Amino acid sequence: MDSHATTHSAHQDFEIPFNVHARPDTGLYNAKLGIWLFLASEVMLFGALFSSLIVIRTAAPHWPRGWEELNVPLATLNTFVLIASSVTVVLAWANLRLGNLKLGKIFIGLTLFCGLIFMVVKAFEYGSKFAHHHYPSTNNFFATYFVLTGLHGLHVLGGMIVFAYFLTWGSKMWFTERARFTNRIEVVGLYWHFVDLVWIFLFPTLYLL
Amino acid sequence: MTEHVVEAHHDDHDSPENIKKEIKVYLWVFAGLAFLTGVTVWLCYGLDMEVHKAILIALAVATVKGFLVAGFFMHLLTERRLIYGILAITVFFFAVLMWGPAHDIYDKFGK
Amino acid sequence: MPPKRQLRVGRDWMYPGQAKKLLSDAIKADKEEQQQHLLEGHHQHWIRRYVFSTDHKWIGIQYGITALFFLLFGFGLMLLMRLQLGWPGKSFEIMKVLGETRAPGGILLPEAYNQLGAMHGTIMVFLAIVPLAVGAFGNYVVPLQIGAPDMAFPKLNMVSYWCYLPGGLVMLASFAVPGGAANSGWTSYPPLSVIATQGQTWWILGMVLLITSSLLGSVNFLVTIIQLRAKGLTWSRLPFFVWAQFVTAFLLLLAFPPLEAAAVMQLMDRVAHTNFFLPSGLVISGQILGNAGGGNPLLWQHLFWFLAHPEVYVLILPGLGIIAEVLANNTRKPLWGYRSMVGAIIFLGFMSFVVWAHHMFMTGMGTTISAFFQTTTMIISIPSVIILSAFFISLWGASIRFTTPMLFALAFLPMFGIGGLTGLPLGLSAADIHLHDTYYVIGHFHYVVAPGTIFAMFAGIYYWFPKITGRQMNEKLGKIHFWGSFVAINCIFFPMFAQGLAGVSRRLYDGGEQYAHAKHMALATNPFMSVAAFTLLVFQLPFIFNFFKSMKWGERVDSNPWGATTLEWAAASSPPLGHGNFEVVPTVYRGPYEYSVPGHATDFSPQNEPDVAPPPPSSGILPATAVAQKEG
Repeated sequence: MDSHATTHSAHQDFEIPFNVHARPDTGLYNAKLGIWLFLASEVMLFGALFSSLIVIRTAAPHWPRGWEELNVPLATLNTFVLIASSVTVVLAWANLRLGNLKLGKIFIGLTLFCGLIFMVVKAFEYGSKFAHHHYPSTNNFFATYFVLTGLHGLHVLGGMIVFAYFLTWGSKMWFTERARFTNRIEVVGLYWHFVDLVWIFLFPTLYLL
Repeated sequence: MTEHVVEAHHDDHDSPENIKKEIKVYLWVFAGLAFLTGVTVWLCYGLDMEVHKAILIALAVATVKGFLVAGFFMHLLTERRLIYGILAITVFFFAVLMWGPAHDIYDKFGK
Repeated sequence: MPPKRQLRVGRDWMYPGQAKKLLSDAIKADKEEQQQHLLEGHHQHWIRRYVFSTDHKWIGIQYGITALFFLLFGFGLMLLMRLQLGWPGKSFEIMKVLGETRAPGGILLPEAYNQLGAMHGTIMVFLAIVPLAVGAFGNYVVPLQIGAPDMAFPKLNMVSYWCYLPGGLVMLASFAVPGGAANSGWTSYPPLSVIATQGQTWWILGMVLLITSSLLGSVNFLVTIIQLRAKGLTWSRLPFFVWAQFVTAFLLLLAFPPLEAAAVMQLMDRVAHTNFFLPSGLVISGQILGNAGGGNPLLWQHLFWFLAHPEVYVLILPGLGIIAEVLANNTRKPLWGYRSMVGAIIFLGFMSFVVWAHHMFMTGMGTTISAFFQTTTMIISIPSVIILSAFFISLWGASIRFTTPMLFALAFLPMFGIGGLTGLPLGLSAADIHLHDTYYVIGHFHYVVAPGTIFAMFAGIYYWFPKITGRQMNEKLGKIHFWGSFVAINCIFFPMFAQGLAGVSRRLYDGGEQYAHAKHMALATNPFMSVAAFTLLVFQLPFIFNFFKSMKWGERVDSNPWGATTLEWAAASSPPLGHGNFEVVPTVYRGPYEYSVPGHATDFSPQNEPDVAPPPPSSGILPATAVAQKEG
């Protein structure tokens, strides 16, 4: 077994193989395989919700066009914001690979900031709906809108919490296990890209159809 | 031995020149995504496209954008076969999940 | 100035005798600490070591004890149900544990019967069987069998357990809320589940925790099996138990999320008054609901069964894995058809995703979609038959050792056969018209899970107990447990096929007593089955006693008392080291079931035993001939 390929952990005296460097035959390190498997399950989660939307909309006698009820310009802005955050996170990872922690952290911070903008705009959208007495219980258009964007929003929030961690206490690992820290940013980046990917499909489905 | 090949590939991948090249690609992809976002909003919303056409256009553009994010940002284009395999299986089951309830409901309620 | 004859020890003065004792105590304490350090690993605070452990072995034990408790609890719920079914409307003292609201004067109320039914199913499937099969056996055995020091993500493993336990506690707590526990079946069909009492919301929240536990666990299993296999352990040398856990993990990973989505939607329907599953124009107890409507109860059914069908394969697959290990070990020969079995289990896992609507044949689906699901359901019976046949054929020409695990494994074969065969008429949409929602269905799935999976679990417990504890369970008690359970369990479930064919519906509070067409069948069989259920309880007592007694006083064994070939037996002590499992990380040289290899000194060749040097190139002459030629 490759002695370079292992790591130490605070509570264990032994090493888990392939935690940092790839296993030769699969070409992957553990966390990368893990995150892709998790993302596969997330595809099925959002898939079930999209499937539900199709079912409910097909059977509905009347269904408004997205822009009749929702704010398209705001959501378009949010789309740009999320795409930008995908760029910043991958630039963070690239800079860490170049050995530049400072730039890496700046880009992580920018990603976090974009996430914050997204959530603030979302909060504004939701507030506006509630002010017009449009709730999830009003009709199924709003029920599906709130549940789909709500679950997506929770995923954005989750990602933001992880970025905040890596910006603060988490970054200590750069000084003890640099490769492992870089890998962690790659892995959370993959998760973040997926969240962006879901929005890329969610935005037109809810707002433009 | 496979190990050597992988290690060599790994080093080559991580050289500063290659990483800087990657960064350029990321910025071009960003431009592409921004452009396509504008296109889809203009076609569907700006032109007030009829629903059936809008579904096709929106899905097509979203698929291209998704491909860009997955292929370049998530490095799927250069990823290992094992990941492709997992995703292929997932996409198949995703398609089954899209089809099943929809077919049933269409039988009962469809136009 | 201290009195004479005292020695100075550090800062103290003491007599020689005291000093000697202090020294020997210190040596003893140091030796014990070293011993503990070696066996149990890094010295941690007991909360870190025993409560929030990241050691897969201890987590496996946590899952095992918790799951066995839930198994007993779910069994208890069923016993209360069987009292009611055997003697409908009669008063029982024991029924009073349910309280006055559920069983006034010891007579079970219909609403309470529904709670028992819904929770028996939920607890058995999600809190007992899967955590035992995957959480306990999977966690404990898989890393050992693949030669890994632990799971790929030990901390994630700990989080998985600590989502499972709270999920289970939420489910238990729901019995105490106003209106009692969930009572809309383990299937929770809307609109009933949406308008049901508070307990249903608790059910949903419990399910969300359990699904989270399951998802994290499945990622861990998949990465562990793919990445942490020891050197030389190729896919074709993997024990069938690991293959089974691998496919199971894929099922859990991809099938659970749709139920998670559906659970969120049902929660929203209940709490936020959305209408995902509520159609418009609903009338409840003569009153129009007045909701916005537009929802579809069938959407829930599709999403639920999209998970729940792969879930039933999750229930059986680890059991098949255990049976494979026990059969190979106790027949002292390789399993017949290993490659076919692996191919079959992969195909089975794949097919399990495309058969779900055979649970919905009576919902008015169109002919095309019904025909599709009927076809896939018929096809999925093929891999099961391949695996069962391979097991049967493996017995041919075997030197069978009738140990307790082997008895359970042997009984599994025909029991699983009956369970599987009775699934066939249910999978044919025409026959299902008559049998759907009858006791035939209950008989079918209980045969697969009870004398099927649970027997496999017992086999696994008796088989791996020596590895986990370093002691053996008592064989006599084991045999009593086996024979009593085997007879009783068949007496409970076999009559259900007759009841179902006669038209006794399931989920009936009185067991069919009120149906004129089924009255005779119900009255003739229900009391008998209920007596059998209590008999089954009695025969679990020797097992429970044996289990706990053997932990402390069982006969001590070495690291491989069964003479097995797989790595957990061949390369690890009993119990295995706390520090990364193996003194020497094993390398694998051969397949998993090399028993009775001709020319080998013993009748088993462990996977990590290096190959013997090949014989020198042969001249084609037998050694004896060569000697004779030389002499002659």
